[in-house]
Amino acid sequence: MIIERRWKKWVYFYIPLTLFVIGTLFPFYWMFVTAIRPDAELYRSWRAVNNAPFWTLAPTLDHFRDLLNKTTFPQWLWNTFFIAVVSTIISLFCGLLAGYALARLKFPMAGTLGTSIFVTYLVPPTLLFIPLADIIRNFQLGNTPWALILTYPTFLIPFCTWLLMGYFKTIPKELEECARIDGATRFGAMVRIIFPIAVPGILSAGIFAFTLSWNEFIYALVFLSSPEKKTVPVGVVSELIRGDIYFWGQLMAGALLGSIPVAVVYSFFVEYYVTGLTGSVKG
Amino acid sequence: MKKPIAGGAGAATGVEVTLASSGVSRPRRGPLSPLENERLLAGVLLAPTIVLLGMFIAYPFVMGVWLSLSSTSVGNVGHFVGAHNFVKAWNDSIFRTAFWNTCWYTGWATVFKLTLGMWLALLLNRSFRGKRIVRASMLLPFIVPTVLSTFAWRWMFDPTFSVLNWLLFRAGMITTKLPFLSDGDYGMWCAIVVNTWRGMPFFAITLLAGLQTINPDLHEASSLDGANAWHRFWHVTWPLLKPVTLVVVVFSVIQTFSDFQLIYVLTGGGPANATHLIATYAYQVGVATGLLGEGAAISLFMLPVLFLVVWLQLRYLRRLETT
Repeated sequence: MIIERRWKKWVYFYIPLTLFVIGTLFPFYWMFVTAIRPDAELYRSWRAVNNAPFWTLAPTLDHFRDLLNKTTFPQWLWNTFFIAVVSTIISLFCGLLAGYALARLKFPMAGTLGTSIFVTYLVPPTLLFIPLADIIRNFQLGNTPWALILTYPTFLIPFCTWLLMGYFKTIPKELEECARIDGATRFGAMVRIIFPIAVPGILSAGIFAFTLSWNEFIYALVFLSSPEKKTVPVGVVSELIRGDIYFWGQLMAGALLGSIPVAVVYSFFVEYYVTGLTGSVKG
Repeated sequence: MKKPIAGGAGAATGVEVTLASSGVSRPRRGPLSPLENERLLAGVLLAPTIVLLGMFIAYPFVMGVWLSLSSTSVGNVGHFVGAHNFVKAWNDSIFRTAFWNTCWYTGWATVFKLTLGMWLALLLNRSFRGKRIVRASMLLPFIVPTVLSTFAWRWMFDPTFSVLNWLLFRAGMITTKLPFLSDGDYGMWCAIVVNTWRGMPFFAITLLAGLQTINPDLHEASSLDGANAWHRFWHVTWPLLKPVTLVVVVFSVIQTFSDFQLIYVLTGGGPANATHLIATYAYQVGVATGLLGEGAAISLFMLPVLFLVVWLQLRYLRRLETT
């Protein structure tokens, strides 16, 4: 062990770490405080004497109530959830099959195909949204959830494929060969032997894909137009700001509620999420 | 009989012939039997991916290039205009500002994310009580939808009710309000801060994963040799961490360079178009104004930079594979 003096540990470890924690979490805390603060307390001059700047003397749930009753927020939550789940399933399906093919099968152009799938992973949505909007319109998909369900996989599949390909490569080939000697077809061995072993990898990819599609903004902003069809990020931006007026209480309540589902999924599967995160980079 | 076992996936057809003729066991002949052919199976497995990516990446890309060379706008089928849109964008002072803003923003945000992320990773790599919960909470900015957390920041930077102004004022560091988002230069720095806040966890967690693969004996050995903490980092940790760092930086550069939502929410490109990035300006021209051709041309300006970054990354991956 490398032994340290006590004061050194404070200076080099506890203090910086505490600063990191405060810096990282303060915006969330502020989001929360704003969401439960009554308007009268919110819009007060920055120099006014405020007895409890970091807490509120009269916590209220009004902003949440207004958000849920006066806007289509619950509908946005459901839209986001539905779109995220379906596009994650599509991406996992494609990623599983493609990842297996690239990891295990020998066919011409395998290398080129693997590289080009990787390259599409690096094509940002902001490069394509203008022509895609046109294509979506031509396919008559504009303003439907399918516009997003079909386009989100474009950035989810490459990532799922690469993650799962890496995972499949760690599974010994002998397992599959044994199954085939016992009479399983190639396809059967893949589905019954390899996929079940890859469940942790599938979970990582799925959770990561879910949070990515929950986060997506620009496609949702461009492809959807009616308020009741929107996803949470777009709905919050376009419907909770009327003209130049920001309803900060409602906005922060919306931000909080819109973050909770991903935060919950994440907190249950931190380890898988981290695998997805680091795996996607190493792939 | 030795061949089928050692043959592996590479000799699939050979495996089958040997098995079938030896009669030890016979693969079932079901409706899926054509899938025993490796090439055919690969084709079938890859088809959904290729179709989706072809339809929603390759096709839009080609179409984007065509749009950028045409005078198309909403409700108006354009005609071929050559490089007109690109020349026009390059002579447009707002575009130039946006282009330099993008480079400035990417450069500084990457430097900050890397430095702070590395520092945080080194802190998290030590053992302490509550490590799991601290590590989990550190990733929160990365999980929460960017648009939503950026709203929290926008509220913290609010011209009239900024909590940061309040804090700095109370701490005696300022006497008048800082114009966080109402001044172009301040606005860019605010965006860099928010981007750093959001992207740092990604660096920290990935670098932490890299750190954990480093054998602690190496550190012990070098400290016995008299190396101090800085030397240990510079001569032991950093060389081993370089490959993963490079990959993370490449990913982050691509994401930051093509960023849209953060600026869209934080400043909307204002004040007076001073904080536009390439992507937000392309949105303003292409979608808000409806000049599809010009918008497509503007967003294609991202391509050379992205191309360079991807090319470097691929070259690096190749080098890793060959060694």
